[in-house]
Amino acid sequence: MTADMLSHDLSLLIPELVLAGGAMTLLMLGVFLKGDRTETLVQWLAIGLLVAAGLSALFLVSGEGTAFNGSFIFDSLARFSKTAIALVAAIAMLLAMPYLKAEKLGKIEYPVLVTLAVTGMVMMVSANDLIAMYMGIELQSLALYVLAAFNRDSLRASEAGLKYFVLGALSSGLLLYGASLVYGFAGSTGFADIALAVQSGSNVGLTVGLVFVICGLAFKVSAAPFHMWTPDVYEGAPTPVTAFFATAPKFAAIVLLARVLMEPFGAVVEQWRDVIWIIAVLSMAVGAFGALTQQNIKRLMAYSSIGNMGYALVAVAAASQTGLWALLVFMTLYMVGVIGSFAGILSMRTREGMVEQISDLAGLAQKNPGLGWSITALMFSIGGLPFMVGFFGKFFVVYAAVQADLMILAVLAVLFSVVGAAYYLRIVKVIWFDTSEVEFVPSAVSTYWIARIAGLATVLLLPVLGWLVFRAYSVGLALL
Amino acid sequence: MFGEFEAFLSILTFVPALGALVIAIFRFTARSEDQGLIDRNSRWVAWLATMVTLGMSILLLANFDAEATGFQFVHEVTWLEQIGLGYRMGVDGLSVLFVVLTAFLMPLCIMASGAIKNRVADYMIAFLLLETLVIGVFCALDLVLFYIFFEGGLIPMFLIIGVWGGQNRVYAAFKFFLYTLLGSVLMLVAMIVMFLQAGTTDITVLLETDFARNAQMWMWLAFFASFAVKMPMWPVHTWLPDAHVQAPTAGSVILAGVLLKLGGYGFLRFSLPMFPEASAYFAPMVFVLSIIAIIYTSLVAFRQTDIKKLIAYSSVAHMGFVTMGLFAMNETGVQGAIFQMISHGVISGALFLCVGVIYDRMHTREIAFYGGLVHKMPVFAAIFGLFAMANVGLPGTSGFVGEIMTMVGAFQVNWWIATGAATGVILSAVYMLTVYRDVVFGEITNPKLETITDINRMEWLIFIPLIIGTLVLGLFSTLITDVTATAVDHLISNYDAALAASAQ
Repeated sequence: MTADMLSHDLSLLIPELVLAGGAMTLLMLGVFLKGDRTETLVQWLAIGLLVAAGLSALFLVSGEGTAFNGSFIFDSLARFSKTAIALVAAIAMLLAMPYLKAEKLGKIEYPVLVTLAVTGMVMMVSANDLIAMYMGIELQSLALYVLAAFNRDSLRASEAGLKYFVLGALSSGLLLYGASLVYGFAGSTGFADIALAVQSGSNVGLTVGLVFVICGLAFKVSAAPFHMWTPDVYEGAPTPVTAFFATAPKFAAIVLLARVLMEPFGAVVEQWRDVIWIIAVLSMAVGAFGALTQQNIKRLMAYSSIGNMGYALVAVAAASQTGLWALLVFMTLYMVGVIGSFAGILSMRTREGMVEQISDLAGLAQKNPGLGWSITALMFSIGGLPFMVGFFGKFFVVYAAVQADLMILAVLAVLFSVVGAAYYLRIVKVIWFDTSEVEFVPSAVSTYWIARIAGLATVLLLPVLGWLVFRAYSVGLALL
Repeated sequence: MFGEFEAFLSILTFVPALGALVIAIFRFTARSEDQGLIDRNSRWVAWLATMVTLGMSILLLANFDAEATGFQFVHEVTWLEQIGLGYRMGVDGLSVLFVVLTAFLMPLCIMASGAIKNRVADYMIAFLLLETLVIGVFCALDLVLFYIFFEGGLIPMFLIIGVWGGQNRVYAAFKFFLYTLLGSVLMLVAMIVMFLQAGTTDITVLLETDFARNAQMWMWLAFFASFAVKMPMWPVHTWLPDAHVQAPTAGSVILAGVLLKLGGYGFLRFSLPMFPEASAYFAPMVFVLSIIAIIYTSLVAFRQTDIKKLIAYSSVAHMGFVTMGLFAMNETGVQGAIFQMISHGVISGALFLCVGVIYDRMHTREIAFYGGLVHKMPVFAAIFGLFAMANVGLPGTSGFVGEIMTMVGAFQVNWWIATGAATGVILSAVYMLTVYRDVVFGEITNPKLETITDINRMEWLIFIPLIIGTLVLGLFSTLITDVTATAVDHLISNYDAALAASAQ
């Protein structure tokens, strides 16, 4: 490998280098710096790193292409995804800081683990090879297992971590088995070679391998019927960790799934579309009906995320340019809604500590109008109701499905959105119609503003939606 | 004079939202001890915003060229242009009057909300948002924009019913929201199909597009699912009595006065011009449902013990005249349907305000509770009497014109339809006169009524415009028909041409 090639390869890798190098530096700083303010310093540096990685992916990486003999790809999809993932992770980190301080969890490992997990995610969206894919997934998963159990003195957090680890390991096994089958029958781990093998003729081994890969990735996006871990982990993990789980890893995994299905296996759409179809419908159904009876708001968000992943999979099932950009728009708007909602959930602190029952929100619109209106807007936005911006996410997804002639899937998607509306409405009902004596203590400045800005964004993003759609649209055009 | 000023219609639409924003800023930033002050001032801000909208809508009507076909005051802004969506606003003869009706009723609603004492600022925000969304429905010239306004209105209405409503408000709010949402999501899928077939969501282009007969049938049914629920038509009307009974007075006024017109407007804007073959094919079904609605809900209204519920069922019956007139698809019928919608907006709004007057004093809507009000409230008795007569369709009031026109329109299609509808007119006289007798006449038997007072100055101010509206529209019906005539002619000639083309 010549120096020219190396510098070309590395220039595509700037976000990963920033994150990986930065994570190591942070670890060293954390270990060797003494003093009370070390944790805060490391946390702020981690946020800086995440923002730097996101912006460098957006602006600094000039070329597009593959690196390391085609195992790593930087294209417009990777650019879009990396920016979104790193920036949302930075916001999640910002949300975590006051929580960690209040709960006395402010160890320096937290920002380091988040940075490592994000490194894995940005690898995932650039994977162009089965080994690179697996490496990215494992890097993010291992960091996330530890984060789930970060509050190690809490029984529920430990349980969440263990459950996540065992089921995550199982899914990794499935994925690895599928990947090895694909490798065996295609004769290569590179996506480009697999695509050639797939095009050259149908092959049972490849199909079986693909199904296993889909199952493994469905675990990661928490799509039904591989969703069982989600409610428990969401509930048990510390709330800012849940906020992180619900956003960046989901985005990375669904983009990876879309890439695997549309690029190496793009020629055999008919073979995998039915699988995705079923997973999508099941996810929407489980999400919609499962959430109806939840009392804990984090569990409710878990079911909401299962349901919304169902919508993302509808876009994947469309298997078209439209499907791809609809997926990106949907996921971006969904992350805005979710991160804002979790900022709202993190504001649910009474004098006794954090509360997470839905009934604790009672009367919020009266006691704390700013937060009450924000959560209301965010719930309507995640639910995909007009005139909130989240409506457009679901609208484009259904649009992609109709365009791909998946009429039944489109009708089911809109019908499940009505069921979904019922439980988002239930939260709005508690906030507006009920009364209670519970008083929240004022939340931290960052949490306060993230909740309100996200709430405002559900409406204020509407005029500038064109920009987001334009970015996603050009990704869709460039890729397929 | 406003022809060159493109954004006029958008400003008109968003003035109430701006008012809501002003209230919201103060509401969210003020300390809790200042909230009482904000509650008081929010009434004025809301009133001012709705009055500005009313003023602008009168200017709109004054500058509206009734002779011209096509859309006027068009305002286009590029938005999501890559995929063909856009922000497009404009009005024509079919929609401009609904804008005026909404703007006319809103200040009255704000004035009639004196009984609201808690969370006034939130209430005003919800009402102002609702006004923007409803006016937006009538002005939207883009399919997706229309859907956003159409469904967005559910959110403020959900809050209005749920927070400031009666005993059973939570049930009513959920039923209202989910019922109408379920109807509408299928319309969304049909809109996407239209979008894909025509390549644009521009309504002006879609009006010129011919859809295949088979596709028309499915899309017509999907749109029907939404509009029939909104209208509401029998048998999907059951959300309406619950929502009406539980909503606060002003909420009922808007629900009956404006929100019920969205369905009829949808038929006018989409179903009839865009799916003419399907409309002709399904017209008999619509007629049957309309006649059932007129007769059945009139009978149901007769058996009600709650005044608001009675008026709610009466609204369903009156909307039956609208659908009947629309699908008669001749000039008299469609003109009459539009007239009936405008007139019903004024009359039913006024009737709910009448109920509000006695409810504010006695806190019950039971018919049996009242009796002999004429002895204590002679002015109220006269006003209530006028609107009860208007609701029955007494000549000289606006109710008469709409009913007779839709029936004449239906008569030209089928003799039996008009006969059925005429039965409904008699039945409406039966229940309306009965309730009027029970509430107003007789001796006062309930001792609690001894202290009831006649209407006050504020209520006078609210009723005067409504009385004038009812009488003026009843006596000078050309005020409405002149505005709508060209647009209706255009609609019908296109419809007939499309049917003739398909018959060949």
